[in-house]
Amino acid sequence: MSKHNQREAYGKALVQLGGENPDIVVLEADLGNSTRSILFQQAYPERYFEMGIAEQNMTSFAGGLSLAGKVPFVNTFAVFAAGRAYDQIRQSIATAKLNVKIVGSSAGFSDFGDGATHQAIEDMAIMGAIPNMTVLAPCDALETVEAVKAAATLDGPVYLRLCRNDLEDIFPKNIPYQIGEPIVLREGEDIAVFTTGIMAHEALKAAKTLEEEGISLHVVHVPGIKPLDEPAVLRQLSGKKAVITCEEHSIRGGLSMLISYLLRNEGVPMECVAVMDVFGQSAGSHEELMGFYGLDAGTICQKARRLLGK
Amino acid sequence: MREGQIVLQEKARQLRKDIVEMVGVGKAGHLGGSCSLADIVAALYFSKMRHDPQNPRMPERDRLLLSKGHAALVQYAALAECGYFDKKWLKSLKQLQSPLQGHPDMRKTPGIEANTGSLGQGVSLAAGLAAGLKLDNNSAKVYVVVGDGELAEGQIWEALMASVNFHLDNLCVILDRNGLQATGKTDERFCIEPIREKFLAFGLEVFEIDGHDMGQILDALDKADQVSGKPTAIIAHTVKGKGIPFAENAAAFHNGTLTEEQFTTAMKMLEEEGGLE
Repeated sequence: MSKHNQREAYGKALVQLGGENPDIVVLEADLGNSTRSILFQQAYPERYFEMGIAEQNMTSFAGGLSLAGKVPFVNTFAVFAAGRAYDQIRQSIATAKLNVKIVGSSAGFSDFGDGATHQAIEDMAIMGAIPNMTVLAPCDALETVEAVKAAATLDGPVYLRLCRNDLEDIFPKNIPYQIGEPIVLREGEDIAVFTTGIMAHEALKAAKTLEEEGISLHVVHVPGIKPLDEPAVLRQLSGKKAVITCEEHSIRGGLSMLISYLLRNEGVPMECVAVMDVFGQSAGSHEELMGFYGLDAGTICQKARRLLGK
Repeated sequence: MREGQIVLQEKARQLRKDIVEMVGVGKAGHLGGSCSLADIVAALYFSKMRHDPQNPRMPERDRLLLSKGHAALVQYAALAECGYFDKKWLKSLKQLQSPLQGHPDMRKTPGIEANTGSLGQGVSLAAGLAAGLKLDNNSAKVYVVVGDGELAEGQIWEALMASVNFHLDNLCVILDRNGLQATGKTDERFCIEPIREKFLAFGLEVFEIDGHDMGQILDALDKADQVSGKPTAIIAHTVKGKGIPFAENAAAFHNGTLTEEQFTTAMKMLEEEGGLE
């Protein structure tokens, strides 16, 4: 399997969409090299707005561009996109259901070196709580391209969460991408594992490990936390003895809570793999942080064994 | 005196009457900051702006956004007077399921251009809109009204910098300098001066007027059209509660309640010939 980068895939997808749709415009707050929005600047400089390091103005300004019929993509790190400009997203954009795409780059612990101030672990909870908002968290570069295309087509605000680091290609090429539609990455018998964002990679690793122990994981990637196709999620439970949810995000307000609520009457044992209400910190690698906060294949294996009493 | 000035003054008086009607008796309403804007809004909707009530989304229309969204009443009054919707709607202000919300909602009210109310965001919205119109070579103008108390919001200054950076000469920022905010005199609550010097330093072309002098309002709006390469700001010195003597310069009527007697007095004063003077 080859590795690719979501940011790079995003930047290239934007350029392609920019060629197809002259109304697409891109805004950046001085992180264009990192978010890869700079690729759009190189292709379509007249439709690229360098807004300075002023995320709040950038976000409302994007709302204004959409009032003129444009389809703005707003770029900065996830922690600033969803945090610094929260009120602008809520008030200027979401209440009017304006057609603005907010792209949160370097989400979760993927900006491992920069520490807590740069690690968004609550961005999906904040964005998901806003009415009219769609929240997408692709698992790899391939899905990122599909998510960007879908976001550009959807008429309304979208929050797109991207990882900073290279990821293996795992998104199946033969399944059409649809917002909110869960995707089975690996068929299994015993435990339904629901992941979002990059946690699909850890779940697939765990499934391989557990296969040798006679435990079969059914790995289902949820392409974002909102909207959630609830009947489709429930269908994946059929015949399973237990459920595990996995997200590189706070336990509060993310996928785990949504699935817990959805399964409230199902009587099925459940475990969650998530950030347990703490901030991150600096570390030498993304993997190191994922291990430290229990967001890895090893943790998923432990929880699976416990659920099955093994 | 400019042609049509008397007519516009009459329109402003009508807007004030409609504002008082909307505030009504015993209900809280943003009377003061709506009345301070009545002359400017009358000049825009009944003279200056290119717009069509029969075609509220006409692409080449000039736009007015109230960053100080709590002054929605004056815009509702003007939109109704223009015929964007039935004047009967005004009675439903802030009632459950009403198309007229406490703050402007473009999805509920014809003629409203953006959702504002969280202070400090309107100039950014207006600037983005102006930038988008420029991309399409659309010659429409964007007017945005900010309150003086609102100038404490940092995002306003981000937006002004961006407007200058992108040479948005189709953007005109109108400051409603009525000198009062919710809890008292703006200058005593929080120092925002020197405003003119700040606007100039940020790179805007600045005009300073009496915001109740129709001639000065129209002149400034015309002069703003002549500026190219940069956005304009009109500092309009106004009186909060203008036209209703007991509410003039009274912070209590920022979001005040009228008694039956006050309501009657206000309507009487506005109905009297030359009631504004």
